[in-house]
Amino acid sequence: MTNNLYMPYQMKVERITYEAPGVKTFMLRFVNEEDQNKFDFRAGQFGEYSVYGVGESTFCIASSPTRKGYIECTFRQTGKVTNALSDCEEGSIIGFRGPYGNTFPLDEWKGKSLLFIAGGIALPPMRCVIWNALDLRENFKDITIIYGARSTKDLVYKHELQDWGSRPDVKLITTVDPGGESPDWKGEVGFVPTIVEKVAPSSMDTIAIVCGPPVMIKYTFPVLAKLGFSDENIFTTLENRMKCGFGKCGRCNVGKVYVCKDGPVFTLAQLNKLPDEY
Amino acid sequence: MKSDRRLVRKGSLEKLFEVLKGDNRQVYAPFSRNGRTTYRKTEKFSDIATDYIQTTQSSKEVSFPRTEKILDYSKNEDGMSVKGIEPDQIPQIMLWGIRPCDALGIGELSSIFNWDYKDEIYNNRLSKVTVLGFSCGKADEYCFCTSVGGNPGNTDGSDILFTQLGENGDYLAEILTEKGEKVIALSPELFETAGNIEKEKFLADVPVKFSHKEIFGKLEKFFESDEWVEQSLRCIGCGACAYVCPTCACFDIQDDSHGKLGSRVRCWDSCGFSLFTLHTSGHNPRNVQSARWRQRIMHKFSYMPERLSVYGCTGCGRCSRACPADMNILEHLISIKEAAL
Repeated sequence: MTNNLYMPYQMKVERITYEAPGVKTFMLRFVNEEDQNKFDFRAGQFGEYSVYGVGESTFCIASSPTRKGYIECTFRQTGKVTNALSDCEEGSIIGFRGPYGNTFPLDEWKGKSLLFIAGGIALPPMRCVIWNALDLRENFKDITIIYGARSTKDLVYKHELQDWGSRPDVKLITTVDPGGESPDWKGEVGFVPTIVEKVAPSSMDTIAIVCGPPVMIKYTFPVLAKLGFSDENIFTTLENRMKCGFGKCGRCNVGKVYVCKDGPVFTLAQLNKLPDEY
Repeated sequence: MKSDRRLVRKGSLEKLFEVLKGDNRQVYAPFSRNGRTTYRKTEKFSDIATDYIQTTQSSKEVSFPRTEKILDYSKNEDGMSVKGIEPDQIPQIMLWGIRPCDALGIGELSSIFNWDYKDEIYNNRLSKVTVLGFSCGKADEYCFCTSVGGNPGNTDGSDILFTQLGENGDYLAEILTEKGEKVIALSPELFETAGNIEKEKFLADVPVKFSHKEIFGKLEKFFESDEWVEQSLRCIGCGACAYVCPTCACFDIQDDSHGKLGSRVRCWDSCGFSLFTLHTSGHNPRNVQSARWRQRIMHKFSYMPERLSVYGCTGCGRCSRACPADMNILEHLISIKEAAL
């Protein structure tokens, strides 16, 4: 068939990185070089990853579009498909279709400072934007990353956190929930919203990008408002259940808004207009 | 194109059926058994049901099968081989005897499959379907096509619309599309010149109960209404309404695995199911039945008109006939119309 929307690209699992308990990152390369050459995506987009015989699962592309020739995804082993993915070895072939959804408007953010706030397994969708911004570092003013997880072992991308922490052009603050610190932990201890309040980043000419569990997001938005961030300058992503990824299967909509097509990236101003159904 | 009106003698229908059957074409027609009327591939003219107000199941299966392969895979020593389905595997279908509401539903269903991304699997199937609609001479208390922009003799969606001119009468055939003309070309002698026929005289009377536009307007501010809870208290979330609906398109994608071989299939799903929107984390954005019922009505009468410029309901009444808990969409829509904001 000329154009089967559901036909995945065949991807080879080239490298598997253990990130945290139950969390892995796959580096995927296109089996067919032609697919790779025509493939293009922007920060914030997602795809459907599949293990043949088990099914498809939705997550973001966690690598930056500035890094060509491969994509990466990071997932936590929770359901049927992520368990099957977790059983894959380097060299395994999996399916990927995408990219779907809208993007973070990095072009519009030129000349501004960026504040990234992430919790737990929600760093992957943001990592794509962080690397995208760092690869175009001259386009932005200050870059601040506040990242928290339940415990030190739950922090993902531990090597990259070290890298970001040692860069003079990035301000990185890591935190773990009270009780989650190890004896040698040098970061902050406290929930993400509390740490954001403590660090009190400036809202002057700054875009805040917030990804995390609903409860973290809920308590972080008021802190940002207090710091002077307007709803238009706060970005987040919605993660609803999806099957198709392109507005047909009927389950990801929040009111008339389709997360797969109108999202997954939304400003707080846009979220405020949605019914409370996400 | 402007419709061409012809007369088909009652006795000529069987001849037409025989002609349509040939040459790699399949005729799908209503078939009654045990009080249910469903579409199926039909070989004998005498098998076709004639005395039905509406078929139990809609005809959407011809372009959107309830379980449909979207690809085949096989694991072998060299890795993985994955193949999509080919259009030439899809048969030509003559869809015989569908009601104007179902014909109208084809466009509504298509708008979902062609919104932005074009679903070529669906489009390929539909391109091979010729729609031979039959106007309604009878209606029942569940019918409300006239409230949602249709009528018992509506030509939208049909390639040819037949209207029987009284009980046991001959048929007026309105040739509406090129596909319809191709049917005539197969057997032109069966299509006689029609005189001046007033078709409306022979159509069922379906009173207008509300206007879909007025429901649309009402729903704009209706999301938080208690009416959703009230209406859905007896909903058991069985999904029957979605399965019989000519315009419900919600689907699931699953893998059907047999060792090293298998297929990925797309299968009907329903927004009425509690698992439909359930996240792996356990969070469910539509965690109560009233939220799911609201989604069903809002999708058809608010989101679709706003995003796709079509309504998602044809007034066929099937969901009300099929509901085991006796929910009646017509009554519920009237309640919405009358509810205070």
